[in-house]
Parts: sequence; C-alpha cells; structure tokens
Amino acid sequence: MEAIEKIVVCDHVVKNYKPTVALNGVSFTLPAGKIVGLLGPNGSGKTTLIKILAGVLREDAGTVLVDGKRVGEETKAVVSYLPERPYFNPVMKVSECVDYFADFYADFDRKRAEEMLATLNVPMDARIKTLSKGNKEKVQIVLVMSRRAKLYLLDEPIGGVDPATREYILNTIIGNYDPSASVLISTHLIADVENVLDAFVFLKNGEIVMESSADAVREENAQSLDALFREVFKC
Amino acid sequence: MGWTFLPQQPIYKQIVDHILTDIVSGHYSSGERLPSVRDLSVTAAVNPNTMQRALAELESMGLIITQRNSGKSVTENEEAIKMARDTKAMEVAKQFIKSMEALGYSKKEAQEFLAAEDVKGE
Repeated sequence: MEAIEKIVVCDHVVKNYKPTVALNGVSFTLPAGKIVGLLGPNGSGKTTLIKILAGVLREDAGTVLVDGKRVGEETKAVVSYLPERPYFNPVMKVSECVDYFADFYADFDRKRAEEMLATLNVPMDARIKTLSKGNKEKVQIVLVMSRRAKLYLLDEPIGGVDPATREYILNTIIGNYDPSASVLISTHLIADVENVLDAFVFLKNGEIVMESSADAVREENAQSLDALFREVFKC
Repeated sequence: MGWTFLPQQPIYKQIVDHILTDIVSGHYSSGERLPSVRDLSVTAAVNPNTMQRALAELESMGLIITQRNSGKSVTENEEAIKMARDTKAMEVAKQFIKSMEALGYSKKEAQEFLAAEDVKGE
C-alpha cells in the first residue's frame, strides 16, 4: 500500500469579510495523488478557500498546512494556482507569458506548454488583449498545468471554455499529472468533472456539508453527484 | 469523447462491465496486453484510481493478470473467458425478461417474441 500522505490539512479555518463569514470553521484533508472536487453554489466559499491555500489570502483563525508547512514562499513553489480570472498583462504576447512562467517557476515545462498551446490553436505571437475570453483562459490553464507541481489549485478551470476544450483540459488533468500530485478543482459544472474525481467536498455557507467519493454516492444513493448536488443545494 | 456512464451505478462497476464485454467479445483477445492504466483512463475519461479499481476487480474475477514487467494482459484461460461470457449472457437474458414483464408479458410470451424476431431476422 502507498503511504497516505496529506498534501493539504485544514483545521477549523475561519475567514471573515465583515459582515459576511466566508469560511466558518472548515476542516478537511487532501491526500497526495488524488483529484478532489470542491463543489458548492455561488458564494459558498470555494474561491476563498482556494485563495488561502494559494497564499493570496490569509485565514483569520485555524490552521492551514500545505505539504506539511504553513502557507508561504516554500509552499508557493510547489503549488500551481489557477485563479478565477486570467491575470496577464493584456499587452503581453502569448510567447511572453510563456517566458514569464519559465522565468518564475523552476518546475515549469516549456515544451509541454508550447505543445498544448499548439494543440489548442492558440497563436503564440498574439497579444493577450486580442484573444477571445476562452483563449485567454486556455493560455492561463496551459501555463498552470505545465508546472510539475505537488498541488494544483484550479478555480473554475472549465467554466469559460467550449466543451471540446473542456474535455481536453480534463484529459490533461487525468493523463499528464504526476501520480503523486494532487488536484483540487472548484467548479459547479459537476456533470463534466464527476467521472474524473476521486473524492469531493461540498461547501455550503462556508461550511463543509459532505465529503465522500463519487462512486460511494452512486453506491449508496444510486444517483450521480450532479443529481445529489441539485438535491443538497435545492433553491 | 470518453465512455458513457449511467448515473445510478458506480463508475468502476460500469468500467468493469465495459472491459469485460471487450474481453468476451474478443476485442481484446486472450493473452493480449492491455493499454496502461493511464491510457485507459484517458480513453474512458475517468479518474485513474477508479480505472485501477475496476482492473483490480477484473483481476479478482480471473479475467486479467498482472505481469511483473509488462503490465496487465487478458488471461490465457479460455475457460474463464467463456464462463464470464455465459454469465454476462444470462444477465442480459434476465434483463430482457424483466423488461418484458414490466410491459405485462409472461416469460413464455417473452420467449415467443424472441422466436418471432428470429424468424423475421432470417
């Protein structure tokens, strides 16, 4: 049996945006080598949790460990983070973004990024501002997935792209990541990701309401994760 | 495009079924080496651990074997393949009868439909 290592440990994490409580005592662990879905309706705290793990936000209370360490410079080197919005300077060319990542991250695989961009028909010499919304997102996700990280934090990676690209991205996640690396994907496109997940976490109003594996849900409730989500979060 | 999965059943069970069908139908022949877990996961568009679980199940059913250096391959035990095929056929037959019963036909009437279909098919 493989040793069960935990890449992420969250213990009673609280984050307050006064007057809103974004995370209200969230505890969960993410084992190494797993693809986990972070699922929940709008405003449930998904992005806040991911930002804390990425080190962009700091928790108000509780403990967060990534790869056994407090979030900081060291953890950022092993975490590849896809924010909800692309952040490149609009006047940069795609090729310059690739240079930028190569410069910034020691674990960046330039060849892989260039191959993926070619497959997705993103022109290397185009400026970011001339690209469509979907193509901007493609550039961002390709760069993030081309790092050899221990943990990928993907905030809505497939929301803005067409179904064919969605499939390509999910295949990249299944086929190319290091088997010891973990992936945390936040999304509400559950039907698209559920076959790909090892496990999932439901977040509701800043609290974890359920934690299980997709196949366990099917076995116990005879329904898909998508159907369960609609039931749990019925408006 | 990935394989199609029904929502009510665990994905790994549906993978077992899919590969089992591939084996008993001869798509993968006896003794043939299977693609890697990774490649199978990408083809099916499923989580690699789910694929691994399905393959372990097929292995415990005696349909595939793991070789130390060359990955997984279909068993050379033709008898085991034949048995799996018969079991599968029995399941399909039972399912047919069940569907016919849901329409209000008796088992015997269901069989008559099959016979009639056979004549038409000739």
